[in-house]
Amino acid sequence: MAVEQTTKPPIRWHIAVFLAPAVLVYTAVMILPLFSTLQLSLFSDINNSQVFVGLGNFRTLFGDPRWAEQFWNALGNNVWFFVIHMLVQNPIGILLAAILSSPRLRMRAFYRTAIFIPTILSFVIAGFAWKLILSPLWGVAPNLLDLVGLKSLFQPWLGKEAYALTTLALISVWQFVGIPMMLIYAALLSIPDELLEAAECDGITGMAQFWKIKLPLVLPAIGIISILTFVGNFNAFDLIYSTQGALAGPDFSTDILGTFMYRTFFGFQLQLGDPNLGAAIATAMFVIILIGVSIYLFGIQRRLRRYQF
Amino acid sequence: MTKKVKLALLAATMLASSGAAMAQDTTLTIESWRNDDLTIWQDKLIPAFEAAHPGIKVKFNPTAPTEYNAVLNSKLEAGSAGDLITCRPFDASLSLYEKGYLSAVQDLEGMKNFSDVAKSGWSTDDGSATFCVPMASVIHGFIYNADALAELGVEPPKTNEEFFAALDKIKEEGTYVPMAMGTNDQWEAATMGYQNVGPNYWKGEEGRNALIKGEQKLTDDAWVEPFRQLAKWKDYLGDGFEAQTYPDSQNLFTLGRAAIFPAGSWEISVFNEQADFKMGAFAPPVQNAGDECYISDHVDIAMGMNANGKNLEAAKTFLNWVGSAEFATLYANALPGFFSLSSHDVKMEDPLAQEFVSWRGTCKSTIRSTYQILSRGTPNLENETWNASANVIKGTETPEAAAERLQKGLASWYDPQK
Repeated sequence: MAVEQTTKPPIRWHIAVFLAPAVLVYTAVMILPLFSTLQLSLFSDINNSQVFVGLGNFRTLFGDPRWAEQFWNALGNNVWFFVIHMLVQNPIGILLAAILSSPRLRMRAFYRTAIFIPTILSFVIAGFAWKLILSPLWGVAPNLLDLVGLKSLFQPWLGKEAYALTTLALISVWQFVGIPMMLIYAALLSIPDELLEAAECDGITGMAQFWKIKLPLVLPAIGIISILTFVGNFNAFDLIYSTQGALAGPDFSTDILGTFMYRTFFGFQLQLGDPNLGAAIATAMFVIILIGVSIYLFGIQRRLRRYQF
Repeated sequence: MTKKVKLALLAATMLASSGAAMAQDTTLTIESWRNDDLTIWQDKLIPAFEAAHPGIKVKFNPTAPTEYNAVLNSKLEAGSAGDLITCRPFDASLSLYEKGYLSAVQDLEGMKNFSDVAKSGWSTDDGSATFCVPMASVIHGFIYNADALAELGVEPPKTNEEFFAALDKIKEEGTYVPMAMGTNDQWEAATMGYQNVGPNYWKGEEGRNALIKGEQKLTDDAWVEPFRQLAKWKDYLGDGFEAQTYPDSQNLFTLGRAAIFPAGSWEISVFNEQADFKMGAFAPPVQNAGDECYISDHVDIAMGMNANGKNLEAAKTFLNWVGSAEFATLYANALPGFFSLSSHDVKMEDPLAQEFVSWRGTCKSTIRSTYQILSRGTPNLENETWNASANVIKGTETPEAAAERLQKGLASWYDPQK
């Protein structure tokens, strides 16, 4: 035995051993369910037995005008949900990070913690708290507006088709603005002081310094945040479900892919669940996210310039 | 060697556990969505049963109402569901029976006490098999704050004209929100709105059966008129009713801020507990004085047994008891507002419940129009009706357009309506 060991390079078992727990757990809880979902979407329940129907469920989903209408409605709402996050959450996150990294700011730790706390709240808590705040009956919002004489501006925001989705998106922004803030704050802190001093010597100070020096240096972090937001938004479900229920009222104006999938998969009230069609929707969601992530990875991330300090 | 040891261990545990099970009483577990009733089952119903049937223990194991169907289906598929299953009416339970999860129960002794109408919610389409023992029905109507109405000098209305006159008067006076209802959760608009006032227009069972046979359409006047009535409700609901949820409406009423609550009789026990004013109820108003009145007396809840359960004999004993006069009386009084479907003569103490059940004598009963057969396909008529009723009340869809859309959806899969 000993002789063999000296002649052959030893097999490095420890690598496999150390990787095994993570690989096994990840396979069991992520990879297998993913593939069984894909498989489920190719079958259909005919007379209480599972029959292979190929792409039949997808034909129903995109071909039947009723299903297609619901799907495109959900996808459209989802895109709007994402757009609001990109337009509101990320710029505010960057702004907050820039303010936090300003050396003249006092009580920095307090602000940082206060802004980050909503992120660790459960969706259900955030959803219900905001539902109460905005409630036309017992809410804080109508009373506060009344105090300043602007009661007429108050609307049952969560109950009107025109505002409900935007309101929910803004609630979600309120909850998660801490994440881009933290990531960009960290990126800003890692910019070496020499670089900023050199910029100052060249006469680039204040806002110009932010736009010309800092922002290009944190762009990779902004890219990562965008892709996290994208994946998070297209997988979203909890906030809508906890505030508006599975029917995503009013009149499906807040229906996103997650709630649409839930309703189809598990059924709702008298509508019986259809796991196969539900799996087809889940597959469509997977493909949408995959395409989005690929566009980012191959189209954008490679072109981002990185700077070595 | 190790294999033998393992086998021995395995055998030992199996023997031990089966031995333990034999020494114990049989325990039955009830699956239910009525988490509101937990204390009633634990304090009243289960002790009464256990006292009469030593050796059988019962556990009540409810889930949240909106999750019940999904949770129950998963449990049945996984084989971990309880022995007794609380049955939703119609297709949800029918599909469980067809998949072999529920046993047929028509031969049980206790089933003799139920009429065909009572069994309709839990029988196959041809009526040959019944798979759940009916427990209770709920009746729709309007509950009002009697103190408030007396204060304003408003009489409980009987006709449509009186109904809107009363609402106008309450609104004019301004102390109370005339009617407590919101459209956020959607189902109240359909269940307590459309299905509540509707039977007077489509003439109860007559219209409902005609719809199933394809002789009437949802775009007929009898089916559009209820929507026209709902469209008028908008002016009498509270500020921002679009975002008002069902619990909001309940609180608005029990806090004494609203005068009238479009209700189902299941509200009675909750309202009795929370409201400290006198309450009364009136049936859905008829079009002209003296018209025949129709009420929605909807079969709502029943109990069946898990065909793959371990304690079938004990479960049968329990179901027989559910069909007995003792259970009917206990249940109807513990839960005023859930009215027994059995032919036993059940005495009820609660005055509000008595008021509701008295309409059975003067009006014709029907069940909710969308529940039997018509909600079998996609799009689901019941869920569409929620959405349509909410839209009509908010004024974002006209009654005619809503009816047109429902008819189109129904005709897309239901042959008699094509």
